[in-house]
Order: sequence, then structure tokens, then C-alpha cells
Amino acid sequence: MALDKNGIAQRIAQELRDGYYVNLGIGIPTLVANYIPSGIDVEFQSENGMLGMGPFPFEGEEDADLINAGKQTITALPGAVYFDSSTSFAMIRGQHVDLTVLGAMEVSEQGDIANWKIPGMMVKGMGGAMDLVASAKNIIVAMMHTNKQGESKLLRQCTLPLTGVKCVTRVVSNLAVLDITEKGFKLIERAPGVSVDEIKAATEGRLIIEGDIPEMKL
Amino acid sequence: MAINKVVQNAQEAIEGLKDNMTVMFGGFGLCGIPENAIAAIREKGTKGLTCISNNAGVDGFGLGVLLESRQVSKMISSYVGENDEFERQMLSGELEVELIPQGTLAERCRAAGAGIPAFFTPAGYGTEVALGKEVRWFNDKPHLLELAFNAPFAFVKADKGDTAGNLIFNATARNFNHAMAMAGKITVAEVEELVPVGELDPNEIHTPGIFVQRIFKGEKFEKRIEQRTVRSKS
Repeated sequence: MALDKNGIAQRIAQELRDGYYVNLGIGIPTLVANYIPSGIDVEFQSENGMLGMGPFPFEGEEDADLINAGKQTITALPGAVYFDSSTSFAMIRGQHVDLTVLGAMEVSEQGDIANWKIPGMMVKGMGGAMDLVASAKNIIVAMMHTNKQGESKLLRQCTLPLTGVKCVTRVVSNLAVLDITEKGFKLIERAPGVSVDEIKAATEGRLIIEGDIPEMKL
Repeated sequence: MAINKVVQNAQEAIEGLKDNMTVMFGGFGLCGIPENAIAAIREKGTKGLTCISNNAGVDGFGLGVLLESRQVSKMISSYVGENDEFERQMLSGELEVELIPQGTLAERCRAAGAGIPAFFTPAGYGTEVALGKEVRWFNDKPHLLELAFNAPFAFVKADKGDTAGNLIFNATARNFNHAMAMAGKITVAEVEELVPVGELDPNEIHTPGIFVQRIFKGEKFEKRIEQRTVRSKS
């Protein structure tokens, strides 16, 4: 069965390593914080200016001065630190952040990503996404494999305006885990009960299948 | 003796602000925005402003107040449109909007304050942000040339300040306020608490007063929350 959004987040959480500083984008990526493997310490960076981001506050304890990059009220964990926006992006551009997880509308087999603009629709802006994708060394995209019309979002070439080029390292979708390689999307794992043929049918970009493809363990 | 930067109120703080100026506003979403300066600008009716601000407020609050009164002709931001009036003005062409990557926005502020006229950043290479910009390769990676901003006024908000303009921010309300304070030719800081010099611990000051030309205690801070998210105690 294809994964739901929480399943995708759960699978991405397996990519976390002890000592990682992680930036999570809005949407599915935010859910990754709910599935940190036990026994490891990671810290979440929020590009509006904090490290050590904690869960949402209890009702009545919200602080207008303490929000995440999605403008939601949050809390700070022990060891947290606040800083200004230019320092925040120094962390990002300077590759001090170990892992970036973000959503996408399209990803190409070269690792290009489109996630900020649909021509003809109200454009809200790229926020910090272009800075993140241009600099991060490890970028995982969390996305549904196909759009609402059933069309593949893993393409030979992106059709939407790009956020960054040749930057995505791995895609975790509702159907599969795929790595971006020189030859295209390399299939690493299947969602439980999803066949290689189903993944093939849902992937427009070149798909590399080598040997038996294991199922994800969640 | 420390230099006294105190002005009595927001009206006095915005003196010299003229039509068609480029103005910076600190804040991220509605967090850490200069509410009192925005209210005074609305009252003064200054028009044709180019606003450099990460976001554009919401209907009826933050920069939404100045959009509503048609005082803004251009927004330079990284993320906008939480705001019906903004969307209407943008789609009708009344409002010009320039979207730039958030880190580039922050660095163009910092560079302005630091005397760096331009810098190279990888953000936006290969996208429409790169159109018309010089590209240079460093360390086997392409970078875009970006220019420092030039803003005669910057309006920022801090939690605490002293009469010499030294500032301390609270939590994530620091955001763009520090770099914009550095960037403004005239930086106006509004604070929740204004104390005499000597009361702030020099070790704890975030923005040195040299970057601030005017400081005042804000009359009122509504500090509206844009996305109230909570978890239940059970």
C-alpha cells in the first residue's frame, strides 16, 4: 500500500543521524520531527532564526515572539539558541546544516527541483527554499509520487519554474525511495506492498532498477 | 557620555520620511514587526513607498495596514500573499512585487550595513532569479552577483533598548531586525522597554547602538499571532 504523509515522514526520519542539524520545510517535512529514532540527538534549525526548535506550545503558553519559519507558534528546547536572519542563512549557505528536507511539486532526474511557483496562480514566493537547495549538501524531497491528476512528479525535465538545479540527493515518495544519480532515478526501496511495476508506471523520468528492490521497513 | 538617541514618539521617529522612499521593515510574518512606526506612517500618509520586508503582513495588520491605504507602490520580499488586499493589488498591477530568496534578502541588508556593495551567492542560480545577473564560478559552483540594498530608512522592533540605541531582541523576533538596523541610513528602533544607558549588560546586547539613529518606547504592541498552533495537555 502507498504510504500516507505520516509514512513518508516516518521513512525520512530513518535518514537522521546522531548529531545532525536539520532544516525541515513546511508540509510533510514538518512531520519528520514526530519520528526521531530513539537514542539519537538531532537539532532542528528554523531559518527565521533558531536552533533547538521544540514542539508546539501547550494552549495558553503561546508566545508571539517565538515562531517557526511557517509562522506557527512553537517552543524552544534546552540548549536552543536564537539568531538573526543573516546568521541563519550563513548556517545554511555555509553548509553547517547536515540535512534539509523539503516538499516539491516536481523533481527531475538530474536533481532539479520546482516547488515555489505555478504560472497563472498567485505566487507567494520562494522564502528560504532557493538558499536551502543551492547550498545544502544533503537534500531529501518529501512528496507524493503523482499529482492530483495522476501525473508523475518525477520527471525527465521539470516543467514548472525551478527553485534550484542539480541539488536533490534523494526522493522519498508515497511509493518509493529513489536516489538521484547521473543516469536518473535509482530505485532504492519500495513502499510496503507496492510493486516495481507500479513505481515504473508512476515515474516519467528514467528509472534505474538493479536487482531485487527491498520494501521499506517502517 | 553615551549619545542620546531618544525621540518622544513614533511621529517624531518617522520625521524626514518622504513619498517614494525605499524603506526597510524588520520582522518575520507578524513576529517582531515595528507596529508603532507602521501606524505613524499610516497616519502621516506617506505614499509611493518601496518596502523591503520579508513578508507583507496580513489584512489589517503589519504592512497590510499600509497596503490597505495604498501607500506602498512596491514590495521587495521573499514570501507574500497571506493577504487578500495584497493579492488583489498585485494581480491588478497596482502593486509591483519583487520576490527574492530569503537568505539573499538578509545578506543584501547585512552587506548594506557592512559596507559591502555586492556579493556572490549560489541561491537562485538556474532559476528566474538569475535573469540578468552576473554568474561566476567559485569552488566549482555557479554563483550570482547580488547587490547591497540602499535604504534611507529602516524601521525595526526590539524587546529592550537603552537611550544610546543598544538593542536586545526576544526569541525569534530578532529575525531581520538586526541586519536591517545595520542597513538603514536612519534606523528607527521601537522597543517595548526603554532603559537608561548602563542598565543593559554589554555582554547581552544584540545590536550595538552605533547602528541605531532614533529610539522610542512603543505606545502599544498588539503582537498578533499569525498561526496559533498548540498541543493539548492530555
